[in-house]
Amino acid sequence: MTAPKRIELVCPAGTLPALKTAIDHGADCVYFGFRNDTNARNFGGLNFDAKAAAEGVRYAQLRGRKVLVALNTYAQPGAFERWTRALDLAADLGVDAVILADPGLMRYAVERHPDLRLHLSVQGSATTYEAINFYVRHFAIKRAVLPRVLSLAQVEHVVGSAQTEIEVFGFGSLCVMVEGRCALSSYTTGEGPNTVGVCSPAKAVRWQDTADGLEVRLNEVLIDRFATGDKAGYPTLCKGRYVVRDDTHYAIEEPTSLNTLELLPQLLQMGVAAVKIEGRQRSPAYVAAVTRIWRAAIDACTAAPSRFAVRDAWMGELANLSEGRQTTLGAYHRPWR
Amino acid sequence: MLPPLVRAVASRLPAFPPAVVCALTLSLFAPRVVGRDALATLEGRTFRIVVRDAGTSVAFRIAPERFVPLRPGHAVDVTFTANAVDFLRLAARRADPDTLFFDRRLLIEGDTEAGLQLKNMLDAVELPRWFSGIREKQGRTTF
Repeated sequence: MTAPKRIELVCPAGTLPALKTAIDHGADCVYFGFRNDTNARNFGGLNFDAKAAAEGVRYAQLRGRKVLVALNTYAQPGAFERWTRALDLAADLGVDAVILADPGLMRYAVERHPDLRLHLSVQGSATTYEAINFYVRHFAIKRAVLPRVLSLAQVEHVVGSAQTEIEVFGFGSLCVMVEGRCALSSYTTGEGPNTVGVCSPAKAVRWQDTADGLEVRLNEVLIDRFATGDKAGYPTLCKGRYVVRDDTHYAIEEPTSLNTLELLPQLLQMGVAAVKIEGRQRSPAYVAAVTRIWRAAIDACTAAPSRFAVRDAWMGELANLSEGRQTTLGAYHRPWR
Repeated sequence: MLPPLVRAVASRLPAFPPAVVCALTLSLFAPRVVGRDALATLEGRTFRIVVRDAGTSVAFRIAPERFVPLRPGHAVDVTFTANAVDFLRLAARRADPDTLFFDRRLLIEGDTEAGLQLKNMLDAVELPRWFSGIREKQGRTTF
């Protein structure tokens, strides 16, 4: 692929005010889901009904920005029509692309809406250019979102050989980074992202302030106890603290957020098409701050990549918004390699 | 933290009258602002808002198109606990609830699903333009 002139900033919208906030603060694209299990942030009160979606699409496109709709869960047995209806609605709304993971839904999209642009979701778990090119060949996808498991050198290798645009994650909460293949939530609660669109469904979560600290349970399983002053995280099994050989610690991973601001010059140079900000479950206040900072950084980097320097104020503000109040380069940086 | 005098006065006020005022205000505005359909999804749910540094709280139940005040001590489905300044910053959309939660400045106990739904419902409210104007002024001065 030839290097794009600029990196698109793709921002999350859980609600209409969040969408407008993202646009107002400089997002090139916004992405949202509908109010059901066809997307992986299927939380009560979140997401867009047809009316809000229409207004959101109008608001963004009037300002020359793009709208992507996440239909990134897998159609469940006996309910395929719910996914095709959601896809039809997205097409009718005139969105700029849909983000899909389910090959069955991709086939439907290709046949029914041949002009609709398809992006391969991170939930599709395509980590090699061969896998991505498979989707290009069979479904004519126009972009693939890379799972957060690759080092920067591996990302460059994929960008160089994939026959489509590549989008990477730039900022937001991390999970155990086996996107599309994680069954931890299903193991504990019977429900997971691929099946019902939620990791750690809220109905299974109980927070309780006790004499021993703030306890959190997932489907009655104690997954963490926070002492006074401990930072809290999302109540997911992967970020719990467990007793392993008499030692209580984050046995799977620490609550932390990805922040790749300092990698922007390399991402631009290697020809990454877009940077995605995680957080459709977050408030408009989060969307405003993260979008504003990333817009400023991308503009500075595009104008003069060699002189690009990450500002302390950006990093401080992003860390404050982060789960665990700490950020990491995640898999992009692997000093042991 | 609130000044000691404010805290001392607030904690001694009876909790029920503020709950009545709070519920009446919400009843007046919420159906129009939040939307009747959204409110209906939380019908029958009970909430308590504990202002930690004021030593006071209000509780209410969501009924069709209105909020019914509840007496102190009434069992509720969900309890939100934070300091006054953080509740004000949340109301003004100057703070992100998840960030306050990570920092342990906002606690949600009880039925997490109903609490999350209420939070998302409030996030989805489109604030009028005049509110944005006030918010900008507030940003320059106090919080």
